[in-house]
Amino acid sequence: MRKVVRGFYAIAEAVRLSRPNVIAAYPITPQTEIVENLAEMYANGELGDAEYVTAESEFGAASMVLGASAAGARAFTATSSQGLLLMTEVLYNAAGMRLPIVLVVANRSVSAPLSIWNDIQDSISVRDAGIIQLYVESNQEAHDMLPLAFKVAENRDVLLPFMICVDGFKLTHAYEPVDLLDQETVDKFLPPYEPAVKLDVNSPVAMGCYAPPPYYMEFRVAMECAMERASRVMLEEFERWYELTGRNWGGHVVAENCEDAEVVVVAMGSVVALVREVVNRMREGGKKVGLLKIRTYRPFPSEDVRKALENAGKVIVIERALSIGAEPPVTADVKSAIFGLDAEVYPVVMGLGGRDIPRELVEKVIDDVMEGKVKPEKRFEGLNEFEEVIP
Amino acid sequence: MNYFGPGHGACPGCGFPIAIRGAIEALDGKVIAVNSTGCLEIVSSMYGRNTWGVPYIHSLFENAGAVAAGIETALKALKRDKEAHVVVFAGDGATFDIGIGTLSGMMDRDHNVIYICYDNEAYQNTGNQQSMATPPGARTTTTPVGKLQPGKIGKKKDMVEIAVAHNIPYAASASIAYPKDFQRKVKRASEFEGSKYIQVHAPCVTGWGIDGKLTVEVARLAVETGLYPLVEYEHGKLVKVRKLKQRKPVEEYLKIQRRFRHLFKHEMGKDILDQLQRIADENAEKYGLDA
Ligand SMILES: Cc1ncc(C[n+]2csc(CCOP(=O)(O)OP(=O)(O)O)c2C)c(N)n1
Ligand code: SF4
Ligand SMILES: [Mg+2]
Repeated sequence: MRKVVRGFYAIAEAVRLSRPNVIAAYPITPQTEIVENLAEMYANGELGDAEYVTAESEFGAASMVLGASAAGARAFTATSSQGLLLMTEVLYNAAGMRLPIVLVVANRSVSAPLSIWNDIQDSISVRDAGIIQLYVESNQEAHDMLPLAFKVAENRDVLLPFMICVDGFKLTHAYEPVDLLDQETVDKFLPPYEPAVKLDVNSPVAMGCYAPPPYYMEFRVAMECAMERASRVMLEEFERWYELTGRNWGGHVVAENCEDAEVVVVAMGSVVALVREVVNRMREGGKKVGLLKIRTYRPFPSEDVRKALENAGKVIVIERALSIGAEPPVTADVKSAIFGLDAEVYPVVMGLGGRDIPRELVEKVIDDVMEGKVKPEKRFEGLNEFEEVIP
Repeated sequence: MNYFGPGHGACPGCGFPIAIRGAIEALDGKVIAVNSTGCLEIVSSMYGRNTWGVPYIHSLFENAGAVAAGIETALKALKRDKEAHVVVFAGDGATFDIGIGTLSGMMDRDHNVIYICYDNEAYQNTGNQQSMATPPGARTTTTPVGKLQPGKIGKKKDMVEIAVAHNIPYAASASIAYPKDFQRKVKRASEFEGSKYIQVHAPCVTGWGIDGKLTVEVARLAVETGLYPLVEYEHGKLVKVRKLKQRKPVEEYLKIQRRFRHLFKHEMGKDILDQLQRIADENAEKYGLDA
């Protein structure tokens, strides 16, 4: 059913349709409305047998979904920014324990200075945890990826947490037309969760053991293997999703106009829509520009990125997070993916803390690179004149 | 069926194994055990050497309360809640200090969990650093004895009262010196729906500097001096207290432990000894310990 809804509702509705057993939640802007919507569904008896618990903190919420998942439940939580940072210790732990929890991150900048507005510093900061990360461009994509996230995470070849990253406000609070799924479709795609192991008095297992040096490394490398398999499993499920719903979200990346492009713009999340608009318009003007949308950030689709950028002489990476003191995060991954290719990479940091990314700015960024006006090094665009105050 | 051990690696004479085994036996093995990082976890859950005969999970140092809450919630959602008791075994550091937030959340939401804190009065796993359960005067590596400092300055937090203040149905203190009493309390706790808190005094041989053969003796003296009163609350009401026929002076408990020995020589030791006796007297008064 096609309806104009806000992002948080599209997300909450998809969570409901995925039939979770346990939802643990804690409010933080701009995620709050997701769990508020779920709370309302719970209050109205629309969540079936699911239990909805309000935690004392995000740390507690993450720990509760960890415990619930270990007991064999399908478990969900959502957060943003500080909340995600507070969850971090638990999330690393859940990944190491191979618990297939699903969480939505409504992307928001991190403090200080305090800012409730959007960038992707929060989720980028936990990229090394062993959690699958997928960045969506629209609320339809967010809606569709929820059942898929559970299915991939729960696959025995994977068993890793799955994080869907949705730009805070820009998507979560935006009104968009969304084809809302129905229960029958979701049930056809997503079977009930059958945990491989669970806490059960009838067959006791110990979970969360400690591993001395002769064992630890194997556990961690096994996570690498699972991530690698996740890459294949995700592609299979993307395909199945397409067959079932007729909506084709592509693979780990979507390359548009890249074959003959002199300049390819790499982007993740909601900014992709804007870049596409600019690229299409420039194409009409005869400029050889392409777009590479990265959907899956972990596992990082190095081969797909390399293939898409094979012919690009120049690559612009739009960065909405920093790794302060080093190359911005996506650039570092892109560079390592195309190592040895003859391409120049232009990291462009923009949109931090909700700073506007106007269309003209994206156009200018591309033009500057095309015309050789800038060097292939880290740049900040949309930055105000400012004087650093050193006390 | 062995619910805990053999094969755990606790120091000979360690107090907590008595409590762990006792609790699981009292519940006939119908237990899902949730454990925080600490001595118990390290001595029982090494990969390939699991010594637990019941389902067991360890996540982090400071989240056992929330993990247990999540398990209990899942069992409810999956209609498996009659299968087992969810029982937390957490150290005093995990309980009094770093994990008090998740414990408070668990109790506030009144999850159906038995939370057992084994209280060895410091961070023993990491080599005897003070916690908020460390009594005044105790020597730990972070409250060392020096010219200006006679061991820990401060008080032991009253966690039982904090638990009671959450309006949970059952809270009690216990001691490994009275295993029958402890097991009765665990069983009693299991009869209530909601959150239950039991704090069991469990000496640490190395951290306290005691002879491994004297563990039970030391624990008993803590009770007999009034320093560790055994109390029991149901729905916020004090329902039972272990009375003492002849309360012993605190020195008897203190002098056989290396962590307190300096108090008898240190310039400021006398004040601390007085403080400890005062605490025992206040306990006696508050709970009517003297028979
Ligand atoms: C977040 C965090 N901080 C510190 C530690 C290090 N650490 C591990 S166990 C422990 C102390 C445990 O004390 P307690 O709960 O009293 O248990 P005990 O070892 O005394 O039985 C500490 C400080 C940790 N694992 N995690
Ligand atoms: S260090 Fe103390 S608490 Fe830890 S196992 Fe040894 S005696 Fe027990
Ligand atoms: Mg301790």
